[in-house]
Amino acid sequence: MSLSRLTGWGRTAPSVAEVTVDVDPQSLRAVLGEADARGVLARGLGRSYGDAAQNGGGRVVCVAEHTVDVDAVSGVVRAGASVSFDELISALLPHGLFVPVSPGTRRITVGGAIAADIHGKNHHADGSWGAHLLDLEMMLASGEIRIVTPLADPELFWATIGGMGLTGVVLSCRFRALRVETSRVLVDTWRTNDLDGTMSLMAERDADYRYTVAWIDSLATGGRLGRGVVTMADHAPASAVPDVSPLGFSDRARIGVPRLVPSGLLNGLTVRAFNELWYRKSPVQRTAEVQGIGEFFHPLDMIRDWNRLYGRQGMLQYQFVVPLGAEGTLRAAIEGLARGGAASFLTVLKRFGSANDGYLSFPFPGWTLTLDVPTGLSGLSALLDGLDRTLVEVGGRVYLAKDSRLSPDHLAGMYPRLEQWRAVCERVDPDHRFQSDLSRRLGMRRRSAAST
Amino acid sequence: MGNVQRVLLLGGTSEIGQAIVRALLQGRSGVHVVLASRNPDSCGAFASELRGRGASVECLAFDADDPGSHRGVVDLAAAGGDLDVIITAWGVLGAPQCALDADPVSASAVVQTNFAGVVSAGLEAARVLRQQGHGTLVHLSSVAAERTRRANFVYGSSKAGSDAFMQGLADSLVGSGARVLVMRPGFVSTKMTAGMKPHPFSTTPEAIAAATVKALRGTATTVWVPGVLRVLFAVLRHLPRVVWRRLPI
Ligand SMILES: Cc1cc2nc3c(=O)[nH]c(=O)nc-3n(C[C@H](O)[C@H](O)[C@H](O)COP(=O)(O)OP(=O)(O)OC[C@H]3O[C@@H](n4cnc5c(N)ncnc54)[C@H](O)[C@@H]3O)c2cc1C
Ligand SMILES: NC(=O)c1ccc[n+]([C@@H]2O[C@H](COP(=O)([O-])OP(=O)(O)OC[C@H]3O[C@@H](n4cnc5c(N)ncnc54)[C@H](OP(=O)(O)O)[C@@H]3O)[C@@H](O)[C@H]2O)c1
Repeated sequence: MSLSRLTGWGRTAPSVAEVTVDVDPQSLRAVLGEADARGVLARGLGRSYGDAAQNGGGRVVCVAEHTVDVDAVSGVVRAGASVSFDELISALLPHGLFVPVSPGTRRITVGGAIAADIHGKNHHADGSWGAHLLDLEMMLASGEIRIVTPLADPELFWATIGGMGLTGVVLSCRFRALRVETSRVLVDTWRTNDLDGTMSLMAERDADYRYTVAWIDSLATGGRLGRGVVTMADHAPASAVPDVSPLGFSDRARIGVPRLVPSGLLNGLTVRAFNELWYRKSPVQRTAEVQGIGEFFHPLDMIRDWNRLYGRQGMLQYQFVVPLGAEGTLRAAIEGLARGGAASFLTVLKRFGSANDGYLSFPFPGWTLTLDVPTGLSGLSALLDGLDRTLVEVGGRVYLAKDSRLSPDHLAGMYPRLEQWRAVCERVDPDHRFQSDLSRRLGMRRRSAAST
Repeated sequence: MGNVQRVLLLGGTSEIGQAIVRALLQGRSGVHVVLASRNPDSCGAFASELRGRGASVECLAFDADDPGSHRGVVDLAAAGGDLDVIITAWGVLGAPQCALDADPVSASAVVQTNFAGVVSAGLEAARVLRQQGHGTLVHLSSVAAERTRRANFVYGSSKAGSDAFMQGLADSLVGSGARVLVMRPGFVSTKMTAGMKPHPFSTTPEAIAAATVKALRGTATTVWVPGVLRVLFAVLRHLPRVVWRRLPI
């Protein structure tokens, strides 16, 4: 146990907490018993961008739940909460199995995947992480360990999926893995000329592929607004990969970023150059390119600590979703950001499929846009605050796992089932033992809607 | 940082303090501001202005001269949620030095407000920030704290005392996640200095506010406004007494 300064992956808004790592259930129970008004929070690998995995002035625990049990016959897997997706994928592939949802990095934990109800490039086809879960083993505020299933306690189950660690500490879960013949994907690529081109391609061809995503040139304006590179892929069948080890998987050597990166290294100019380059280097169209898992799903993992490229001020991720029918808002947002010079290094557009029952789960049918910009940019706050207001009006929302700046006034508007979620939290955690910087900042556990 | 969401201004009617709050709200909505002053009603106009900019505002009673009440004020302000920034902005100039020379009771009242009040409120603020594990205490010191002048040495020594206190408080908070930012402005035309002739190297509440917002994003612990004062005082501080005494500043 020690006092440590924690931040999210965006490295903004640090806070200091008493951190205990490798906690077994018995010690966890003791920590819960000792908790004061600042409460307790579980933390995974700290890959949420904002303050979701911080608990300033309180306790933060990392559980020691590292086991993976694979039933190769049924494809059902039990994984400990602290297992990383890197370890999980390495454990599954030899059995011809793969994670049913893979985010843009393998450096996240199973616990973090549950708490954020993560989504991947296959959301339109397979939904988010929660859709594949069979049960959760968790420790409640009382210290009791319970197996929570969607049948026995649907409320707690769905309050925990996307519940940002505020319903209890997940120890492990069971999920149904995806069968694959190889560790490769076959990728089709298109370069598009404008936003209409990008969106119609995705809307029309989504159904034909398991994985689809578009990278958008965030600085193109006018007639080129929303131009980008669309990739769609499926797992490669064994016949497509005449390879000695079709299920082989190795982590490539990764390069690091020096500790003291000058603050402006990723600035308007370099990002513009990068965007231009990326667009130009992409083929106008290419089919059935064989790619490895890392290359396709986790390109950023090749550069260790790439968040340091943003310098001391850190970076801000902003991810939102607008419902189908609110495409105008999406266009206006991309326009506003391009006009405001919000030079985003990686801007990603994706069409979501159906939602699950998670009270605070982020995805629902619509378009989601992700961007990351250095926090120093002037006028950025006003731009994003304006976007937040529009989102509430059109029934959109921002992703809490990436948030560090949302105003509490907008939370209920974006997450209409917030009150029901609060009621479940009150039932299992009446003393508000589970808290985070995020939950306090947004007043998530506030009783009733009596905000002032 | 860029995500200040709850602010406590102790000395809610201070012109410099108000300018800092305005700058923190620049381009943002949904920020919660607690204005604490001797007469909460006197913050009414400023509160409406802030609400007009999309902030929510609470007005509390706060008297620097009543240290026993400081815990309650700070706790009340923090009850609604974590405070990202607490500003200690009150202060009095006192009667002209020539009058104070002959009025020790009034002179000690200046010290009570500017120094003793800062000590008790500062300790309470630090307690709350330490509990939170984050947050910044911004103190309005003054260049007058650097070296007391014949022309206002009661005020100057009261500011020097509180400045020294804040430096120590800053050290005590290292590792806690909370920090102290000491602002040392030069002369500013506000109601405190009404009728006085601006000194060389004067500045404005807005300039101090901009410098504060910038410093909140960085790691500086003491900031002079204008910045040139830092260099100037590095020299002035070491001038022989006879020379310093005679300088027309
Ligand atoms: C490069 C990159 C790409 C990303 N791509 C995607 C993406 O494509 N899709 C997507 O959905 N997200 C994506 N993310 C976000 C990331 O997947 C989520 O923020 C995820 O929650 C991070 O997991 P973590 O283990 O690092 O958790 P942390 O960041 O440490 O914690 C996140 C939340 O999980 C809770 N938590 C952690 N462990 C437990 C536990 N045992 N019990 C209960 N609660 C727990 C924490 O309290 C906190 O609320 C990406 C992040 C990065 C850095
Ligand atoms: N102006 C300058 O040239 C200058 C230069 C350097 C530093 N500073 C420092 O900056 C700070 C703010 O100054 P300013 O220029 O903004 O002055 P200001 O506008 O006069 O504000 C000072 C405020 O202090 C409040 N105050 C006085 N006694 C108080 C008490 N006992 N309890 C609570 N509040 C009390 C007053 O509020 P009410 O009367 O409404 O209660 C007054 O509004 C001061 O600490 C000052 O020393 C000023």
